[in-house]
Amino acid sequence: MPAADRETVERALVFDARGLTKVYAMGDVPVHALRGIDFDLRASEFVVLLGPSGSGKSTLLNILGGLDTPTAGQVLYEGEDLARADDAALTEYRRRHVGFVFQFYNLSPSLTARENVALVTEIADDPMAPDEALRLVGLEHRLDHFPAQLSGGEQQRVAIARAIAKRPAVLLCDEPTGALDITTGIVVLEAIARVNDELGTATVVITHNAAIAAMADRVVRLADGRIAGVERHESRQRAAELVW
Amino acid sequence: MTRLRVTALDRKLLRDLWAMKGQAAAIALVMAAGVAMFVMYLSNFESLRRTQTAYYEQQRLADVFASLKRAPERLAARLAAIPEVAAVETRVVVDVTLDVPGFTEPASGRLLSLPAAGRPILNDVVLRRGRWIDPARPDEVLASEAFVDAHGFVPGDTVSALINGRRRRLVIAGVVLSPEYVYSIRPGEMIPDNRRFGVFWMARRALASAFDMEGGFNDVSLRLRPGASPEAAIAALDRLLEPYGGRGAIPRAQQASVWTLENELMQLQSFGFVTPAIFLAVAAFVLNVALARALALQRAQIAALKALGYSNGEVGWHYLKWALAIASAGALLGIAAGVWLGGAMIGLYNEYFKFPSLDYGLSWRVGLAALGFSLAAAVLGARAAVARAVRIPPAEAMRPEPPARYHTGLAASAGLLRRLPHAARMIVRNLERQPARAAMSVAGIASAGGILLVGFAFIDAMDRLITQQFEEALRQDVTLAFVEPRGPSALHAVARLPGVLQVEPVRIVPARLRVGHRSRPLAVTGLVAEPRLNRVLDLDGRPYPMPVSGLLLSSLLATALDVRPGDVVQVEVLEGRRPVRQVLVAGTVEDAMGLQAYMEIEALGALIGEGSTVSGAYLLVDEAANDALHARVKALPVVAGLAIKQAMLRSFRETLAENMDLMIVMNVLFAGIIAFGVVYNAARVSLSERSHELASLRVLGFTRTEISMILLGELAVLTTLALPAGSVLGVGLGWLIATGFTSEVFRIPFMASWPAHAWTWLTVIAAAAVSGLAVRRRLDHLDLVAVLKLQG
Repeated sequence: MPAADRETVERALVFDARGLTKVYAMGDVPVHALRGIDFDLRASEFVVLLGPSGSGKSTLLNILGGLDTPTAGQVLYEGEDLARADDAALTEYRRRHVGFVFQFYNLSPSLTARENVALVTEIADDPMAPDEALRLVGLEHRLDHFPAQLSGGEQQRVAIARAIAKRPAVLLCDEPTGALDITTGIVVLEAIARVNDELGTATVVITHNAAIAAMADRVVRLADGRIAGVERHESRQRAAELVW
Repeated sequence: MTRLRVTALDRKLLRDLWAMKGQAAAIALVMAAGVAMFVMYLSNFESLRRTQTAYYEQQRLADVFASLKRAPERLAARLAAIPEVAAVETRVVVDVTLDVPGFTEPASGRLLSLPAAGRPILNDVVLRRGRWIDPARPDEVLASEAFVDAHGFVPGDTVSALINGRRRRLVIAGVVLSPEYVYSIRPGEMIPDNRRFGVFWMARRALASAFDMEGGFNDVSLRLRPGASPEAAIAALDRLLEPYGGRGAIPRAQQASVWTLENELMQLQSFGFVTPAIFLAVAAFVLNVALARALALQRAQIAALKALGYSNGEVGWHYLKWALAIASAGALLGIAAGVWLGGAMIGLYNEYFKFPSLDYGLSWRVGLAALGFSLAAAVLGARAAVARAVRIPPAEAMRPEPPARYHTGLAASAGLLRRLPHAARMIVRNLERQPARAAMSVAGIASAGGILLVGFAFIDAMDRLITQQFEEALRQDVTLAFVEPRGPSALHAVARLPGVLQVEPVRIVPARLRVGHRSRPLAVTGLVAEPRLNRVLDLDGRPYPMPVSGLLLSSLLATALDVRPGDVVQVEVLEGRRPVRQVLVAGTVEDAMGLQAYMEIEALGALIGEGSTVSGAYLLVDEAANDALHARVKALPVVAGLAIKQAMLRSFRETLAENMDLMIVMNVLFAGIIAFGVVYNAARVSLSERSHELASLRVLGFTRTEISMILLGELAVLTTLALPAGSVLGVGLGWLIATGFTSEVFRIPFMASWPAHAWTWLTVIAAAAVSGLAVRRRLDHLDLVAVLKLQG
């Protein structure tokens, strides 16, 4: 889709976060992970969060994903404030609306690729078939392999299939290529981009690899718990074209 | 998507369990051991109880029993008129000496009368083989199956009995069982001896005429109306029988056979709950440790599941199912083993207790309870581990597990570690890092030691009891009982019997001892002032002389009556002139023999107003003259019976040996399972936590032996600590059991000898060594490259 068209379409707001603050107590010392961040995300948008370690990007992603709650501020998702949701509501939110991809894949080693995806489809409302999700990430020939029989990139693609099989509104990826080499990383990023394109899933990817930023509609840089800068891309690069 | 199928999560459960199958099996085995005992004891309890109830009901076992000297038959009508009484059965019952073909020693027989026509109203017998006696033939008897089988008799065979001075040939017409003699024991003995004691039923007329009981009876049984009070009936019965030499009626519960059976049932029930509880507690602990480790390994997966939208409840239930699956497997295995052992146990009971059919049965109740207890133990063990896992925040999925925290620790600050090699330091630090877990492992292994020690010590104690009773207390070779008390001249006659070297008189007087509302019917034993043959010993083997005046009570009896030396008890003599006297308690003796009351023989004679009568004698005899003595005694009408110590001892040991073998095997097997389960699990958990570290050491150049030392050293330390702890635990447990299960028959002093401790330690060490070796094999196959590739 040309960039101009994308701009003109008034896309629905998925997240509307205002004044997000997160303070951890490390012993007696309070650590400010987020210092009042405003962040929004629109449907089918692809956002990359860039920043050094400790900049607060993981904390932001965790809060958006309902894994953590902010100390102050609000996160509106479909009009509900996640900052005030209880544990059961957050579980329900993750179950229905969020897909996660972790740096270390976090697959169940005792389940095959298909079964790992089924783990999610079994509890989702309107999931795609596990086989279909795995086909989307190019693993239709590895359905019955256990994680130990898959390469790192393949494992991460299973994780992506597992994340998108529930047709989530938002896909959150924490350093999805952090443990992978370039070639494999590109295949994984292609899978993410494809999901974003074909399913229109709003996607947030954390990375400290600036090269990946070229894939995004928007790049948000974090530093020391604050937003240090935002850049919008008129056109997105394909993963295969990335140079890093 | 609602098709019925195995969910991915359940598939994960099965595969994860399979991956830890060694540990799962070890835990399931410990549970199975507990469940097996529960099922074995309680199913036997139920089988015995069911059989007993039905048998008593069908054969109309009486509610009240009484014996007396002699009453005219017309008294029966007055007994029947007691308001509580529904039915009365009068009988003639006498004890005689038997001469059994092919058996040199004299045996004892009890003859009971059968009504002239029809079956007995109460205490009916079950005809097993042969036929009912022909009323026209006075020499025909029905014989107890136990006696007949012990001698290999068949209907038509004969035994001779010395009946009122005349030798009578009795023809066994039929073989029977009686609800009164489910457990039949010769009065004064500790264990049944079916070769030397037989019960016979014969026509009333024949028996009565031989013993001058025509138109009279010396034994009566009552059946009470439903809901009637046995106490009231007994009081009324005692009043009516008193003029006729009544010896005090007893309720069914105190009838010897019923009472023994009740004691056994009580014991089955208590053992059935106590022992399995120990096993299940250990299993719960082992499960806790194993699961905690397994869940620690799955930390990232748990967080991921939660991040993916699984609720705390779903995650918790998933991991709880691990425990429940292991417990179910353990319970099923345990139930199967329990049924098998229960069948073997009922076989033993069938030798002791004579029922028409005592069949083994496992009820749904016991099976379900076994399953329920295992599942409960599993939940208890898993709860903490699962709760900890569920508390892991989903954001943890993003982070690797933090490294374990180590401290310098106590041992180090004490400067102890500096002298130890590095491997030893690692062992000590690892134990110090999780002191609670180390302590629980020690407690787990110690409980195996405790159970073993109790078993071994019990065998020891039985042996000690036998030695004390048969070698130190009973120094006579033969105990001779007269039919009726006799004057002192009878002793001279006894002294002239062939081979008799030494004679010591004894006077046994049936009496009821009463203090306030507490009372016990028993026999007061009169012994010479300083007994040299039948001595009264305390548990330490110290002999007690007879007090100059007053009673010497066994401490069990003193407790039962709640009296102390210096107190006064009322002695109601139940024979002769039946005087009632207040007698001082001169002393108590801490002995092994249940309820006993002793007096100096002359003082006892004075108490009953008879002078120096004797009811029997203890003899030291020349072994060479045994046959002559036996032959002579069999022909003596005044002698009711001869108890030969060696024969008693032999039969006691034979019976005991059978039980002991089964007990030892079960004990060693089950306690071994506990020790193995705990040590193996500790080893596997340790290996899992430290495989990375150990593999790193291998890469650095450590040999297999060196890294094995680190892991196995830890187990050795745990086992070493557990050995003395197990001994202490066992002594405590044994003491508890000895106090808790003391019956009024005899008590087994708990004393753990050094060999018992040594065997316990050796068994525990062996079980630990086996589990250590099983884990050592895994160390040999440590994949260095793969281990190092794992992150965190």
